[in-house]
Amino acid sequence: MRELLGTGVSSGVGVGPVRVVSGTVPEPPADPFSGDPVAETARALEALEAVGRELESRAQAAGGEAKDMLAAQALMARDPDLAGEIRIGISAGLTAARAVYESFGFYRELLSGASDYMSARVSDLDDVRDRAVARLMSLAVPGAPESDEPYVLITQDLAPADLALLDPRQVVAFVTEEGGPIGHTAILARAMGIPAIVSCPGVLELKDGERVLVDGASGRLTVDPEDEQIRRAKAAERARAEAVGSATGPGRTKDGHPVPLLANIGGPKDVDRALASGAEGVGLFRSEYLFLDREVPLTEEQQIAAYREVLEAFPRVVVRVLDAGADKPLPFLPPAAVEPNPALGERGLRLLRRHPHVLRGQLRALAKAAEGLPADRLRVMAPMVTDAEEARVFTAACREAGLTQAGIMIEVPAAAIRARDIAEEVDFFSLGTNDLAQYVFAVDRQVTSLTRLQDPWRPALLDLMAFAAEAAVGAGKGCGVCGEAAADPIMACVLAGLGVTSLSMSAPSLPLVRAALAAHTLDECRAAAAAARAARTETQARRAARAALPALETLGL
Amino acid sequence: MAERLVRVESMVGLHSRPAAEFVKAAAQCPVEVSVGRHTGELVNAKSILAVLALDARPGEHLRLCAEGEGAEEVLDRLASLFTQFSETNA
Repeated sequence: MRELLGTGVSSGVGVGPVRVVSGTVPEPPADPFSGDPVAETARALEALEAVGRELESRAQAAGGEAKDMLAAQALMARDPDLAGEIRIGISAGLTAARAVYESFGFYRELLSGASDYMSARVSDLDDVRDRAVARLMSLAVPGAPESDEPYVLITQDLAPADLALLDPRQVVAFVTEEGGPIGHTAILARAMGIPAIVSCPGVLELKDGERVLVDGASGRLTVDPEDEQIRRAKAAERARAEAVGSATGPGRTKDGHPVPLLANIGGPKDVDRALASGAEGVGLFRSEYLFLDREVPLTEEQQIAAYREVLEAFPRVVVRVLDAGADKPLPFLPPAAVEPNPALGERGLRLLRRHPHVLRGQLRALAKAAEGLPADRLRVMAPMVTDAEEARVFTAACREAGLTQAGIMIEVPAAAIRARDIAEEVDFFSLGTNDLAQYVFAVDRQVTSLTRLQDPWRPALLDLMAFAAEAAVGAGKGCGVCGEAAADPIMACVLAGLGVTSLSMSAPSLPLVRAALAAHTLDECRAAAAAARAARTETQARRAARAALPALETLGL
Repeated sequence: MAERLVRVESMVGLHSRPAAEFVKAAAQCPVEVSVGRHTGELVNAKSILAVLALDARPGEHLRLCAEGEGAEEVLDRLASLFTQFSETNA
């Protein structure tokens, strides 16, 4: 019996045979082809037709956006012009695999020269190409495997599109060799409620079909587990489920200190799930999600309707104004120039100051959406604020629009360090732990091989969060957390202990966080926070916090 | 040769779902159908890759052409899709 240890990012226990999805499809060699070009062409077109059929049937099985995307991919596989290119390639002496590869390459170039939206389709095109080439070269087809029985999915790191297509009833757990607690695998696994472990070295060496036990809470993977181990893991899982079931009502510590538990949402479509998980409000409404994939901004009326729907559902809603730039470009908010490093360029409030009419328009729409509702229901905050001067500009813009609650996200280390200055300019803070980690550890969030450096338990990040919380409390203002760190029930207790006044996370994480808070007193949370900050490494910090929180065991954590 | 001038009404241009629906409808037509900008080159309307590469934006005008028996009916049907795109605002 072997054990592998990674970072548990989505709690739950899964047992099943392993399916390893590895590697990419190689470029087919440009060897000359001397066989029958007619038969070779037929072989190429048959492979594409098979890919088209497979994508078509997956489209039928999928729903929503995944369905449209797959249906479009099926059309690509059956494209008559593409078939023409392939025919020409083969008659000029290419193998079927090579001709398919080169013909896709021609369209790939055509599409990547077009708009941003189109460039994003290039990866869909590559996926179709890889499936066809894999068939022609008799290689394993990339992406999520087909399986008749539920399995544990093991990958280096999956593309979000692949993840979205997985059937939650088929996949009992995910384990990735790379990735981190804030990577898309982790976020999606939590959203789908599937147990998951990330950054688990050695996991790709497992053999297909080997039975494993995955514990997404502890991050432990056991190969060929004994019945007793499975029983114990499941018992802990049950204890967690019971704790979750019995903790209801607003977020508070055991001794009654309130810590409102809020949901992160992208639009009105997420409201129902947030309400079902017992969210007391919205701590982060990512308003840019309303605008993504659109060539022109929503009209004022469309914006007002979307905001109003959310504002009517909750007693408190924090809306983040458009956080565009870097990994979320919006066509109507371009930066001044092409930037070699967009994460350090014009994004968030920086970009909105370049396009002040967009900010003014959004604030006006927000103010109209909140008309007739209690004054403190709508709170508006700006992303990527660096200093007090920027905070002052944003607050002034909010006041001008008639908005009474203006806050900022603390994502830039300078803002955390000098939070005292900024607290005087705004009504509240919200700690964006994902970006704060990216900037303080100087690690790009998109570089998956470095995500271990972005662990929110690193004491440097804990210190920065403590600075911000202390400054807010000192000025009598609120300091929430809206990053993925808030979704870790143990970290949630530490954050409460640091003085954070509310926690916002994706809806499925709320119940376990509520249970962990309800099981500990504020003094215990403070002791855990102090112990974690006194540690020197992320592992020690996590261990020290656990030791200071006595009820974790009974919660199965 | 039959011809129609249509305006791209959909919010996303002739991309994603509108593009797929247009190509699917064109592929079912018994005659050859092409599409392009008013002044530009015409491409095969039955090819999703060619249609996507046009990169037609919202508000742009496109020319639909068909040749052969039933060309007029084919173009009526395809042109009507463009007004449907605006209604669903896809």
